[in-house]
Amino acid sequence: MKRKRNAFSVFKESKVAVAGSILIIAVVLLAIFAPWIAPHNPVEQSFLNRFSDPETGHLFGTDGYGRDILSRVIWGSRTSLTVGILSVFFSGIIGVSLGIIAGYRGGKLENIIMRLADAFLSLPSLLMGLIIIVALGSGLSKVVIAISVALTPRFIRLAHGPTLTLKEIGYVEAARASGGSATRIMLRHILPNIIGPIAVMATLWVATAIRIEASLSFLGLGTQPPDSSWGLMLKSGVNNIIISPWLAVFPGIAIMLAVMAFNMVGDGLRDALDPKLQG
Amino acid sequence: MFKYIIRRILWMIPTLWFIVSIVFFAMHLLPGDPAIAILGEYATAEALAHLREELGLNRPLLLQYASFLGGLVQGDLGISLTNNKSVTQLILRMLPYSIELALSAIFVSIVIGIPIGIVSALKRNKFIDYAGRTLALLGFSTPSFYLGILLLLLFSLKLDLFPMIGGGKEGDLISRLHHLVLPALSLGLVNASMVMRMTRSALLETMGEDYIQTARSKGLKEMRVIAKHALRNALIPVIAVIGVYVGVTMGTAVLTEIVFNRPGIGKLLVGAVYNRDYPTIQGTLVVFAAFIAIVNLLTDLSYGVADPRIRYE
Repeated sequence: MKRKRNAFSVFKESKVAVAGSILIIAVVLLAIFAPWIAPHNPVEQSFLNRFSDPETGHLFGTDGYGRDILSRVIWGSRTSLTVGILSVFFSGIIGVSLGIIAGYRGGKLENIIMRLADAFLSLPSLLMGLIIIVALGSGLSKVVIAISVALTPRFIRLAHGPTLTLKEIGYVEAARASGGSATRIMLRHILPNIIGPIAVMATLWVATAIRIEASLSFLGLGTQPPDSSWGLMLKSGVNNIIISPWLAVFPGIAIMLAVMAFNMVGDGLRDALDPKLQG
Repeated sequence: MFKYIIRRILWMIPTLWFIVSIVFFAMHLLPGDPAIAILGEYATAEALAHLREELGLNRPLLLQYASFLGGLVQGDLGISLTNNKSVTQLILRMLPYSIELALSAIFVSIVIGIPIGIVSALKRNKFIDYAGRTLALLGFSTPSFYLGILLLLLFSLKLDLFPMIGGGKEGDLISRLHHLVLPALSLGLVNASMVMRMTRSALLETMGEDYIQTARSKGLKEMRVIAKHALRNALIPVIAVIGVYVGVTMGTAVLTEIVFNRPGIGKLLVGAVYNRDYPTIQGTLVVFAAFIAIVNLLTDLSYGVADPRIRYE
């Protein structure tokens, strides 16, 4: 209990972590209340108002269809958060389970799981995501699947190492000797002890997932119109960079802030769980 | 050490085979039909059937897989479905552009990241440290392709200092370098933030070690203690980070090449994805995987240069 309080106070004392948390809450609120916060309908077109510069009425300007950029940026937070959180959730559950099973069971199963994970890791996550998306086709759910597959081997590696150490430790051996089932030992004795570092990396990888989604959408392979996505907006910004430079600026700032928020909280969590920094 | 290198190279074979297989089967599960992608939606059934026959798409999947692997072993990555050129030739033409981009980005990340990291560690919790860390956080959170767009807006559109698109004239070094600056900066600055963070934390950790206190108590000048004793040990994790980020750089370079409309493997790959040209997709991804595997090996070997205590078995 003491450790928990200490970890929380280390987190609370970090201005960066607190600022990151506030930023995440702000993005979450934007995503939830987008219909009420966005000043315009994000898909409403106005051909008389194409490529307008930032001005009253359209604070961030409008795109090539006359759609309000600010409203599209606000709605885009839904896509980024959904993809970021869901893909880390799915890859976390699958990856951590496989990592613990590989570490605990050992033998051939461990060899197969770990070699597969290594092979998947031999390509950068973005390219792995790209292969999957090429095979599955584009769209929001496909992007979640692609990023989940790309991130799963990272979670496998993350859970595997500490499991190897933990399974040799006294209390795990005692649980085994007293007849505890393998599933019970993995869930009750190993998982709770490795969840801290996993939570840290999961937070940082939400940032990675948001970046991969933006990248895939920027390439035209991720989220598809008329859904708003920051990456998709950047793509249209680059295509029209000479006519309307603003188009590419604001969605990029949104990506940067969202990614930064999760990085700040991840760093804060890492410090909070570091025994050296606790009182 | 020689044995170690041979063993590592042999290990690369199953990894590459696995990647090649994933890519091959993923491409063949494609919902779209490459024949339609090439001839268009309004092509006649006969023309489509003829093209499928010509491309060997009617053959059983395993046969196609075997002939792909057979070709690969001989360095033949197949024929592009979009322009009938050899994929190997296409890649060889694009490879120098991608390699120069990756290497110059790594160079930028080293010359910017390591000095800022050192200064930040030495001036811990001073203004300069906070400034360095804030910059690193910003860099770390900015997608390199977005940074590329911002650099393009400022230095090409606004100030007209650098060209907006392209990779420069072949054989003209000045033109190539001129076209390389912004893409290399956009990739390199993002990586520099990672290198900076790692240099700072590794140096701080090393500075607390006993042998640093010993060196100081011998009366060595602080600069010598840092340069000769602390930095050398602190550099090992930094090299690891740089090695890891060569792989990441290769991945994100795909986007940089699109932003700057620059020739390269990434642009080739994305073009092939749009056209469902799967021999080219397969070929480029195999080259990516091989390149990353080689970089990983070189990274592992470079630890030995930084720390002679490391022995390879």
